[in-house]
Amino acid sequence: MGDLVAEKHVQYILSVQKKKDSFESVVMEHLRMNGAYWGLTTLHLLGKLDTVDVHEVVSWIMSCQHDEGGFGGNVGHDPHILYTLSAVQVLALFNKLDVIDADKVTNYIVGLQNEDGSFSGDIWGEVDTRFSYIAICCLSLLHRLDRINVDKAVKYIISCQNMDGGFGCTPGGESHAGQIFCCVGALAIAGSLDLVDKDLLGWWLCERQVKSGGLNGRPEKLPDVCYSWWVLSSLIMIDRVHWISKEKLIKFILDCQDTDNGGISDRPDDAVDVFHTYFGVAGLSLLEYPGVKPIDPAYALPVEVVNRIFFSK
Amino acid sequence: MHGRPRKPLKEEDESVLSAKAEKLHSLQSQFLANHQNRIYTKEALDLSAKLLEINPECYTAWNYRKLAVQHNLSESNSDSDASLFDQELKVVENALKKNFKSYGAWHHRKWVLSKGHSSIDNELRLLNDFQKADARNFHAWNYRRFVTALMKISDEDELKYTEKVIGVNFSNYSAWHNRSVLLSTLFKRKAEGFSHKEKVLQEEYKYVHSAIFTDSDDQSGWFYHLWLIDQTVKNDAPLLVSSWPSHGANITLNGNNSLHGSGLSLLNSTLSDTKTLPVILCFNQAVEGVNSSTVVVKSELLKEDLVWKPLSTNNSSTAQVWVVYLNMGNMKLQLSKTYSIEINIGHSMGILSSNGYHYGAPSQITFEVCVQTAYTEPVDGQRGKLTSWKDNDFRKIDHFEESNPAVSADHHIPTTSNWCMEAIDEEITNFQDLSDCKIRKLTLARLLIALDLLSPQHDKRKNHTEEVLKLYTELMKLDPTHSLYYKDEHSLLLLQQITSSRESLIPYCHYYKDASETNTSYVCLRLQNLSLSRMGSFENLLWVQMLDLSHNELRSIEAVTIAFKKLEKGLTVNFLTGLEAMQLLSCLNLSHNKFGSFTALGPLRLLKSLKVLNISCNELGSHSIDTRRYLCSSPLAHSEVFAWDRFEILCGSYSATKFWEAFLIFESLNLTDLNIAGNAVADENFASFIVKVLPTLKLLNDEEL
Repeated sequence: MGDLVAEKHVQYILSVQKKKDSFESVVMEHLRMNGAYWGLTTLHLLGKLDTVDVHEVVSWIMSCQHDEGGFGGNVGHDPHILYTLSAVQVLALFNKLDVIDADKVTNYIVGLQNEDGSFSGDIWGEVDTRFSYIAICCLSLLHRLDRINVDKAVKYIISCQNMDGGFGCTPGGESHAGQIFCCVGALAIAGSLDLVDKDLLGWWLCERQVKSGGLNGRPEKLPDVCYSWWVLSSLIMIDRVHWISKEKLIKFILDCQDTDNGGISDRPDDAVDVFHTYFGVAGLSLLEYPGVKPIDPAYALPVEVVNRIFFSK
Repeated sequence: MHGRPRKPLKEEDESVLSAKAEKLHSLQSQFLANHQNRIYTKEALDLSAKLLEINPECYTAWNYRKLAVQHNLSESNSDSDASLFDQELKVVENALKKNFKSYGAWHHRKWVLSKGHSSIDNELRLLNDFQKADARNFHAWNYRRFVTALMKISDEDELKYTEKVIGVNFSNYSAWHNRSVLLSTLFKRKAEGFSHKEKVLQEEYKYVHSAIFTDSDDQSGWFYHLWLIDQTVKNDAPLLVSSWPSHGANITLNGNNSLHGSGLSLLNSTLSDTKTLPVILCFNQAVEGVNSSTVVVKSELLKEDLVWKPLSTNNSSTAQVWVVYLNMGNMKLQLSKTYSIEINIGHSMGILSSNGYHYGAPSQITFEVCVQTAYTEPVDGQRGKLTSWKDNDFRKIDHFEESNPAVSADHHIPTTSNWCMEAIDEEITNFQDLSDCKIRKLTLARLLIALDLLSPQHDKRKNHTEEVLKLYTELMKLDPTHSLYYKDEHSLLLLQQITSSRESLIPYCHYYKDASETNTSYVCLRLQNLSLSRMGSFENLLWVQMLDLSHNELRSIEAVTIAFKKLEKGLTVNFLTGLEAMQLLSCLNLSHNKFGSFTALGPLRLLKSLKVLNISCNELGSHSIDTRRYLCSSPLAHSEVFAWDRFEILCGSYSATKFWEAFLIFESLNLTDLNIAGNAVADENFASFIVKVLPTLKLLNDEEL
């Protein structure tokens, strides 16, 4: 089994950050806030966050905030709950949460909770359990979880629970690893994991591991490195990760590296991108791969960042 | 981002891509300018349409189009409204051609539809096209549910649609999933043709066989079949599964450890603490509403109302196990007199499961209490005796005394008709041809367990435990990737087998040291060296005071009862009966296992009687990732009030983040004897920290303090 070429991945991320005119960069301009979170968290996990200019990043983040309190994916883009979480997460990485007005951000998110406990992504009303996770995660990081109706939020998430123990986007929606991560993460932070059938869901999740050792997102689909995060972190949160073969998964992730140019792809020999580089490294972190700092499976931030937020004065 | 091959770009391709990038960049900049300046002219709208055709993920453009529609609507007459919306639908279709998984595109379509535009036929036609292109597109399925709800298409019709789709290709998990949703709804409202679940389920079993037997590696039918078994076997009503003391028991309170007990038995016990007597009720699922009205305790001893407490690891008001502590110290008990205590459960309404089902069968438990010797305060230093777990400190027990046959918890599910057992029986014959097929063996194992659950305990049908244990062992070899899953299931079943009867338990029960037949305390249940990877059957172990689980492969002390859980829309609670149910436990040996974090010891916090704990030679401090972090009530999960002040004082110069987990677990315990040697975390700093956290500690790592 090959090794993790950490230094190459660091260089890859730094190069992507700089190359703003590539087609890939332009087509993802609207979600640069997510990209910043993926790239910078990876750098943190590899111990190289100091290679980045904090002030440049922070001032760019703040330029994406709107009056309502929410953040857009990039300068000029509309506010949305997706990018609001990424903004808060990146600021947490840099220990710069004090630069934002936490109440302002909180009010934006509180305003997005609906009567039935669900959350909309923005004023246009799309409802999805992803947004429930985002709201709970973000407000918890800001120590303001009590400003939303947590009971109703939890009830709504449980209403999306399926016959296989998994969760979908909305009630009746098919179980999907990404949605499962969001729902399990939200319930974890809200202290309600006892509402999850861990054995039933654990079996569904462990059966995502296919012959190649990689994980797929739902039955009869191809494996993909990003599920090394969503399936794996879900398994970790419900303490069923021993139901998969960790060694085989590590090998699969390492096989997805571009060992020449850095970066990790969805499958071996596919094109790399920051998204999969982050999920590959985060997955290796959860698998306790040496040289990668531990990541918290619910907040998707390095454990030392989470501990700093919750366990220091 | 997905599925693109990795190859270096040739020079021509580089320049083409570069040109594309520039074009898109200028398009996006122009669009953002239009958006910021609220320009909604035809040219501006066309530009946004062009942008969305190239890049449907540009979410701000979808917002812009909604704003434009609102703006142009207000200025127009109703004729052009329709064409306005038509145009939006067209833009969505074009975007979906580029990326049929675009959240923004699908939501925009929903937004248009919610304005009352478009026809059912149109939308269903679109959905059929998408179904043909990708039968698993969950956006399309979600949209289908949205449209059918909006246009009030019946569940029965949608059920037929899933049959059509499955008929084309059984390997369509999305269709099977949808089927389970529709059937659940139809069952719940007892729709015509669906009020007799038996008939429907029997058809569904036949139907799903096509998916399972045609290609046994295809997972499409697996989870649906498991759901069918659950629907067949599930038990709604909460029932009492076990209690301590159990019915007919004889409890002797013996204050000074000398010797006049009442013969060894599991029902009868001698407790050296004569001040409080716990009464433990264990139900088959989490319930609320256990209080002095719903559970009436009658005895000449009791003067006041009792307060029942739920044993929940996250401070919830519902729990599977409830306990009350009878304050014997306050009662004026005469020596050598036998007092009777009668507990009436559920004779009045109020005990409810989380799904709203009332307690099933009112029941009664009667037991007797007798004080042999008055309680005396322990002599200082007396308590500091080292507990040894070595083989030569134990002596096997030959026999038990009492005649009452029932010792184990009763999980028998009362059913009103025989069809459940017939259905399971029928399924078993279908799965018996095994060859080396993983899903067949696993399903057979589950069916046999279900059959045993449905069989009344007094009906001595052949119990299938040995057969199932063998199946799990075979599965570990057949499917090594998931071997620890099968091992966990094996462990649970093994424990059930061991604790299921007096005969099966005896080999594991031992007298400790100088206990004799007349002194019935210091009976130890020794379950070491059994390759147990998971604990279970706690409801059968409520009587245990001393437990040895060393030299196994345990990672936690969480458990599950082997009964199928019901999942239904609405709040579903699924508490696990864990070690916290063992309220009499005072000595516990968990050494030489695989405990990887202090949070894994969470349930210990609820054990009021625990005095001696051995967790030596585990993996505490060896792991950077904590898999129990969110399963243990803590500040991270907003479910614990953390004693910050005390923690800060005790921490002193140590890093707070290092020791918070240990503090969380130990600060509410009153241990006299703790062994943490052989763990990576147990250095000098930690030792001195833990001694401060546990002021009652007399022995650390087998040495007197």
